[in-house]
Amino acid sequence: MAQRTFDSTTPEVRITSRTDTRLRLGMRPWLLVVLVAAVIGLFFLTLSWGSVEIPGDQILKALLNQETDRLAYAKIVRNHRLPKVLTAMLAGAALGVSGLQMQTFFRNPLAGPFVLGISSGASLGVAVLMLSSSTIAGATVFTGMTEAGPFSIAIAASVGAAAVMLVVLAVARFVEGNLTLLIVGLMFSYLTSAVVSLLLYRSYAEQIQAYVNWSFGSFSMVTWSRMEAFAPAVIIGLMIAATLSKSLNVLLLGETYARTMGLHVMRTRILIILSTAILAGSVTAFAGPIGFLGLAVPHLCRSLFNTSDHRILVPATLLMGAILAMASSLIATLPGFEETLPLNAVTAFIGAPVVLWVILFKRNVQKSFAV
Amino acid sequence: MSILKTHHLTIGYTALRKPDRVVSRDINVELVAGEMVCVIGPNGAGKSTLLRTLAGMQKPLGGEVKLLDDSVHSMDSKTLARRLSIVLTERVNVGMMSGYGLVALGRHPYTDWSGRLSERDEAVIRWAVEAVGATHLVERNVNELSDGERQKIMIARALAQEPTLMILDEPTAFLDLPRRVEIMHLLRNIARDTGRCVLLSTHDLDLALRNADRIWLMDAGGQLQVGAPEDLILSGAFQRAFRSEGIHFDINTGAFTINRPAGTEIQMVGDGVRAYWTKRALERVGFQVCRESRELVVTVLDDGWRFNDDDSVIIVGSIYELIKVVEPRLAA
Repeated sequence: MAQRTFDSTTPEVRITSRTDTRLRLGMRPWLLVVLVAAVIGLFFLTLSWGSVEIPGDQILKALLNQETDRLAYAKIVRNHRLPKVLTAMLAGAALGVSGLQMQTFFRNPLAGPFVLGISSGASLGVAVLMLSSSTIAGATVFTGMTEAGPFSIAIAASVGAAAVMLVVLAVARFVEGNLTLLIVGLMFSYLTSAVVSLLLYRSYAEQIQAYVNWSFGSFSMVTWSRMEAFAPAVIIGLMIAATLSKSLNVLLLGETYARTMGLHVMRTRILIILSTAILAGSVTAFAGPIGFLGLAVPHLCRSLFNTSDHRILVPATLLMGAILAMASSLIATLPGFEETLPLNAVTAFIGAPVVLWVILFKRNVQKSFAV
Repeated sequence: MSILKTHHLTIGYTALRKPDRVVSRDINVELVAGEMVCVIGPNGAGKSTLLRTLAGMQKPLGGEVKLLDDSVHSMDSKTLARRLSIVLTERVNVGMMSGYGLVALGRHPYTDWSGRLSERDEAVIRWAVEAVGATHLVERNVNELSDGERQKIMIARALAQEPTLMILDEPTAFLDLPRRVEIMHLLRNIARDTGRCVLLSTHDLDLALRNADRIWLMDAGGQLQVGAPEDLILSGAFQRAFRSEGIHFDINTGAFTINRPAGTEIQMVGDGVRAYWTKRALERVGFQVCRESRELVVTVLDDGWRFNDDDSVIIVGSIYELIKVVEPRLAA
């Protein structure tokens, strides 16, 4: 009965052959091909460069599980560089896509994956683990943690992120406007960082150092065993995001219009929060609170592709996030040196000028948000 | 063919720990295919509340709204979106999108999860764009469009939903006069040519009277009266609804004037176009122009205006000067 002929056919509509409609939607899919090429290039570059330089054919042999000229090559590629580059790719893609979702969801250019307080929750979890131990058993717990540490850190971060996510989801079901939700997320960030400050204030120098090191972010914390948890989480988050691109497009018109165009606003809202929480939460849990990428990548892509269409922007931010994360990781490793730089410093240091250049050169960022 | 019917509809707002605020009660109206209906009434009468309730965006306090025999408020949102589309007053900012992309969003209730447009979808989009005469706007960025052009695109988007009923809340609010006339004609033509129903609220009384097939007249108390514009005028309902607002509707000329306390009488001699506009000017400052007056007389000359009172005669060359001369004679 819902499908009566009266409201689903328009007799005046004549179906003519498909014309230049791709162009009319303002799509530039060839740029996506360029991004895919860059992802592949950086992938091999990251495997090759480092304290030990590995030739291309040896990398391929290592990847294809064949014997390499030197046993160490296979070991370095398989056990160190491959998980690291995969972590960078997944984390970058996750941050880019979740940042895009938040910017569209809140219609706010300053929103990023962490505005809901997810990463603050994760940070709190880690801080409680690393810092509160001082009151119980002193520094011995801390020293013991460097061995079994990273995995318990990931668990602590996940618990913290999930706790905040549940509260935000509960709030999202009650409040009408998105702006309220944005402020709720912001308040959570302040609350959790206040608790972290209190914990830091009561801690030993070594513990503070360990916490600060974690907060720099790193792609090297994910080993193969942890990848089994990290990769599926990110892939599930990205898959939810991919199904949301149509809804995100309609949300550009605002919630009121979206609702009258047949969008289940509450369901969409829950899915967006869920996807963002999974993406941002798992990245924070396994690689630390990596800032900047989530905020910058969507702007970069909107500017480069000159569109607000999420059917382009979701794959674009995914690829661009992976590219910037791998590039940052490559630079942080400093080829030829033993030392590595703090990842968070590198992402902003390299990324900010790129983003500045693009948005000042293209001059179309204002159009994406200005009323 | 009846499209929408309300049964004892009561509209208004519910508030926490307070009695419901009723805007209007016991509304029984009907919308018919192919008609354009204008909701008019003074500010605060509840026009928007009524439209929002009919569109299913707001729950009624009582009664029900049936769109093609199904209740608007219990219908699946996708089905509703295929039968009813809206255009709101507020200006939307969609970011970087072509006119075509924006109209294409109207296909949302028809496309699959990925939002891919079928050939039929694209044909509907082209049809909607042509129906509003916006073919030249499709490749331009929505940000660069003027208010009138953007409104056309928004209407095309609403049309692309292939609705049976289109509801527009003050679609002409931010437009200049030529654009208002254009949009109003456009909506009337959409209703007539496509057999859809267009329901809109407006403050452009004159345009509503000239274009609407039917008027829903809401007075300040929320009472709703329905009829052809001319019926409402002849029955006096129109005049009554706006009287409290201090607006007078001249049944002879069809013009609206703002009520002022009965002014000082002034006599005007002359006829033709110059006399008409002189009368307008005198009325504007508060005189009541009549055939005879004992004291003040304005005579329209071929090349100026003459003003007589008991003891002086003044000849001026422009209406502006005339007003400066006669205005001090207005009774306090």
